Amino acid sequence: MKEDVRLMKGNEAIAEAAIRSGCDGYFGYPITPQSEVLETLMEMRPWETTGMVVLQAESEIASINMVYGGAACGKRVMTSSSSPGISLMCEGISYIAGAELPCLIVNVQRGGPGLGTIQPSQSDYFQATKGGGHGDYRMIVLAPASVQEMYDFVFDGFDLAFRYRIPTMILSDGVIGQMMEKVVVTRNRGRMSDEEICRQSGDWALTGRKANRQRHVATSLALEPAEMEATNLRLQAKYNEIEQSEVRYDELMTDDADYLIVAFGSSARIASETVQMARKKGLKLGLLRPITLWPFPSERIADLAARMKGILCVELNAGQMIEDVRLAVAGQVAVEHYGRMGGQLFTPGDVYEAVQEKLLKKRRH
Amino acid sequence: MAQKQEEVQIVPENRVYGRPALLTDRVMHYCPGCSHGTIHKLIAEVIDEMGMQDRTIGVSPVGCGVFAYNYIDIDWAEAAHGRACAVATAMKRLCPDKLIFTYQGDGDLSAIGTGETIHTCNRGESIAVIYVNNAIYGMTGGQMAPTTLVGMKTATSPNGRDVKLHGYPFKIAEMIACLEGVRYVTRQSVGTPAGVRRAKKALRKAFENSMEGKGLSFVEFVSTCNSGWKMTPVAANQWMEEHMFPFYPLGDIKNE
Ligand SMILES: Cc1ncc(C[n+]2csc(CCOP(=O)(O)OP(=O)(O)O)c2C)c(N)n1
Repeated sequence: MKEDVRLMKGNEAIAEAAIRSGCDGYFGYPITPQSEVLETLMEMRPWETTGMVVLQAESEIASINMVYGGAACGKRVMTSSSSPGISLMCEGISYIAGAELPCLIVNVQRGGPGLGTIQPSQSDYFQATKGGGHGDYRMIVLAPASVQEMYDFVFDGFDLAFRYRIPTMILSDGVIGQMMEKVVVTRNRGRMSDEEICRQSGDWALTGRKANRQRHVATSLALEPAEMEATNLRLQAKYNEIEQSEVRYDELMTDDADYLIVAFGSSARIASETVQMARKKGLKLGLLRPITLWPFPSERIADLAARMKGILCVELNAGQMIEDVRLAVAGQVAVEHYGRMGGQLFTPGDVYEAVQEKLLKKRRH
Repeated sequence: MAQKQEEVQIVPENRVYGRPALLTDRVMHYCPGCSHGTIHKLIAEVIDEMGMQDRTIGVSPVGCGVFAYNYIDIDWAEAAHGRACAVATAMKRLCPDKLIFTYQGDGDLSAIGTGETIHTCNRGESIAVIYVNNAIYGMTGGQMAPTTLVGMKTATSPNGRDVKLHGYPFKIAEMIACLEGVRYVTRQSVGTPAGVRRAKKALRKAFENSMEGKGLSFVEFVSTCNSGWKMTPVAANQWMEEHMFPFYPLGDIKNE
């Protein structure tokens, strides 16, 4: 069979993948640089084909609470937004995590703080990986570095969300959302039937209380401290399991490397060019790209750190992921940061210079 | 001389009224005299009479009604404060064959959740919204609500609600009645047996509208909060009639 290859924007790939992954409902509110997700879905009219519901909500607060409602019914539901919109969703995400519901949230990041800029940034790393909302909760966070990964991670995101009953985020940015690339449009799975929902989520989903079962309640409330602690302990046990089983990363020329760049998403794309550049000049540079930002590839980074002369975190922010890298490295070797903010990008050459300045020169002193 | 009364045997066949099948055995946490318990009972009865218990999903609020899911034996989701209408919107869109209703207090629905409420009404989602207006924040200890009457003393209006400071009490039912997507708006109360009977009819109509896809139905209950109002149940009922009803008059506001 011939491969179905298409030229798509990252945001369009999210919409296409949503329909093909059997998504039941998308709820969203326009914001640059991700509005094409909702626009593409409205253009494609999936309610006429797969029966998928697409609704423009009155706000991101409404969107995420619609996601909560759909997820509680055992449906495959999602939303997408960009940074300020995700801030508004944080209360809802905390409720979804607390009630242990599955859903997919896409953040096509822009620069902040505040209204900030519509240009790309990676400054929501803390928000995505450390909470954003209140309480001891986690989201699985996937960081795509290509339009193909935008597409693929919608499928993976839903699978992970349902496997662990956890909100899963695709943490993208304006670069990946807006750029066009070839995408191999692979799978096409249908929406779940009522029977499949009962089979997959029959012990918790709100499907109407049948005579043969107890009522189901989606809630995050437990006024008794002992009950609330038990909920927290159950969540932590689940998070532990995810940390054991779901870490994903990619590596480029780390085998013989003396120096290592750690970068995710669009930064990793740029830094991979830097690695090629450095190799041509005889500098043994490697790249580790975390694909899951939570769970974080701490163990792999610790292993690599043991044989590196220096590590540079390259991020489109003031230095956020570097905190996790330093925790993993635990002082074995110096970890430096190079970044730009406010929607500015760096070139592979800029990153190469930063490697020279921050890793090589410093060592010579 | 007193006439000898014929002894009436108490057996199931003689019962004219029973506990609704859908009310659980859980002892309700509501204060004596609170309207929530009676409204719960009516909801349980109507769902049961419609035979809808296996196809109904309720959305409970943040407020005293939060634990409605402990008392009515159907599937429930507990929404974030004010967001019940958004939660219910998705449920109805994704499960159009289900009876979906929200149960919300006046703080939940007409303060923090005003946006979600109005837009859900305006979209004409075929859900039923049950709105318990006791003119106060019961759960958090009796603070002022948007619906608190002028002059009424609460924890955050200790000298009485002053319009210069707090604006006017909010009549959201009249407001949403103007919206095209809204089919039925009624204001009820459960302070008397006659009121209870009327309220039950209103609930049934709202639920039937929802199942017939007729758009949104909104049933407001003007209610007591004797703890928050610091009154005995009897005095609270009387105060409701004397002060709440003139400002929040009972009856249908829109019925198409
Ligand atoms: C975001 C958020 N803000 C505030 C609260 C605290 N809170 C809980 S219930 C409530 C008001 C409830 O009043 P109402 O909706 O009138 O219901 P009642 O308890 O009177 O039935 C408030 C403010 C909360 N839980 N969440």
